[in-house]
Amino acid sequence: MQKFSFWYLTLLLAALVVPACKDKTDDELTGFGDVEIEFDNRAGDAALVFGTEYTNAAGEKVKFSTFNYFVSNFVLVKEDGTEYVVPKDSCYFLCKHDDLESREVVLKNVPAGDYTGLKFMIGIDSAKSVSPITERSGVLDPAAGANGMYWSWNAGYIFVKVEGTSPQAPVDPGTGENTFQYHTGLFGGYDSPTLNNLKTVSLETHHGDEPAKVRRTGGPHFHLYVDVLEMFSNPTNISVASNPTSHAGAYSKTVADNYADMFVLDHVHNP
Amino acid sequence: MLKYSLPLLLLLLLAACRKDEPAAPFSGPFLPANFPAPAYDLALNPVTEDGFALGKKLFYERLLSRDTTIACADCHISYAAFSHPDHATSHGIDGLFGKRNAPAVQNMLWRTSFFWDGGVPNLDLVPLNAIQSPVEMDESPARVLEKLRAHPEYPAMFKKAFGSEEVNTARFLQALSQFMAMLVSANSPYDRFVRLEPGATLPAEALEGRDLFAQKCGTCHATDQFTDQTYRNNGILNDFTHDRGRNEVSTLPDDIGKFRVPSLRNLTATAPYMHNGKFKTLEAVLDHYAAGVKDSPTLDPLLRQPDGSLGIPLTADEKTKIIAFLKTLTDDDFLRDERFAE
Repeated sequence: MQKFSFWYLTLLLAALVVPACKDKTDDELTGFGDVEIEFDNRAGDAALVFGTEYTNAAGEKVKFSTFNYFVSNFVLVKEDGTEYVVPKDSCYFLCKHDDLESREVVLKNVPAGDYTGLKFMIGIDSAKSVSPITERSGVLDPAAGANGMYWSWNAGYIFVKVEGTSPQAPVDPGTGENTFQYHTGLFGGYDSPTLNNLKTVSLETHHGDEPAKVRRTGGPHFHLYVDVLEMFSNPTNISVASNPTSHAGAYSKTVADNYADMFVLDHVHNP
Repeated sequence: MLKYSLPLLLLLLLAACRKDEPAAPFSGPFLPANFPAPAYDLALNPVTEDGFALGKKLFYERLLSRDTTIACADCHISYAAFSHPDHATSHGIDGLFGKRNAPAVQNMLWRTSFFWDGGVPNLDLVPLNAIQSPVEMDESPARVLEKLRAHPEYPAMFKKAFGSEEVNTARFLQALSQFMAMLVSANSPYDRFVRLEPGATLPAEALEGRDLFAQKCGTCHATDQFTDQTYRNNGILNDFTHDRGRNEVSTLPDDIGKFRVPSLRNLTATAPYMHNGKFKTLEAVLDHYAAGVKDSPTLDPLLRQPDGSLGIPLTADEKTKIIAFLKTLTDDDFLRDERFAE
């Protein structure tokens, strides 16, 4: 009987204390929330529409038919510099212009907190690029999700794929059309150092004076602009007349250096 | 006591059962004593009898190509160490020709890179290249998987090999790897000789050739794989605009005209030779190194002699002896292995 009452008392005490503790620390900075990132494709000042004519920095008339990019390795940065790194098993996304859903990225279960920065990589990091085939599911599966975004002859992913037509581009003897094609990849080589076109984007995330807020009840929505015309300028103007195609060659560095700044944060919604 | 004796009894019974079964006829890849540990991680993809059988069927499967005309085995023929004999370059889909000689598929487990330019680092990723190449199979791997899913036999074979009927990329590629993992050639007269197997000898001429080979060829054609797995310009051409070799994947100017040093195993079955299939005979190959090397900025330094001449000094007698040695690398067991033939 004495034994019993002891356990009863302990239980009772625990039942009283646990909720009390919870109340005490249950401010708005505990728990986890989701962060939404919208990749809104643009062509200069306008929304990107396939088949619509735009003018690039070289003054050429360009129409787009493909605009795909891999974004990965997301990191959220707090004001004090501490970082939340999105786990490897959920940090790879393939955004395709003609697939709206693919451009609404959700980072799930981010620890609650105030975040002033967002970082991510354009492309697929070298470790993942050489990982076993069993670790390449979803958008990384060369025969499924990454179909058309993988080079089988130079094993690796195409980070950014831009295709279209322009009267200034030369005629492709295969199709008879004036086409341009920029497929950019290369992660630095698996055995000897080669060209590395991986780029990291670093953005400040503020809503007015407030940082982006992740709460148990919800998280921020980042609205990013992705300007495809940025790929054609800064630092180097790319002309579809003189350089209509770029794949895994040395010129891809020029393309990647240009597109490194095509992601900008337009605005943040807080929960 | 009873507590322990029951499990013990069960264990004994189990052991007894096992003893009654016939010895498993299937053994995994042959890992010879004169080879190092494989570069391929077999633990990630253990070779099983059913996985091997599936991989073999896929290797001989024309559905892998866009119009069901080309299988892996069409350019990689078993009796030629899975190379394409008598073809400088091979004809793929629509009769289109590739620009490089179809290499032998043997001892893939020990390779650290694949294709003449080393564009692929892992055996599992190798088939994707041939499937997608517009001059080989010109097919999307996604469609290949669809065709296999709709096939009357494949889903059941995937189930036997991997536990369920699911046909996915990893399983498809791992099955092909299991077949290729089994293609081990290590029973040539040379292998038996270096493993000191009873009665294994080499002719005197071949033994002399072996010493000459070590001196004159062994830096690049190193180890019992007869390749150091590097990329070199061996002076076969001095203009590489048609095919820049390693540079096409690395973009590095120093890599222009460099190609992977090939293994020399089963050389007598894999003519023609070189990345472009330029030479039909071993004599022509040695004549090239002795007197035919062409100069270009990336020519391998080993082919520049101190006196300024190019190539490797070789007398007629030395060439004969080296060829006698190279012929001891032919592994008839492998070339005639019925497990691998169609």
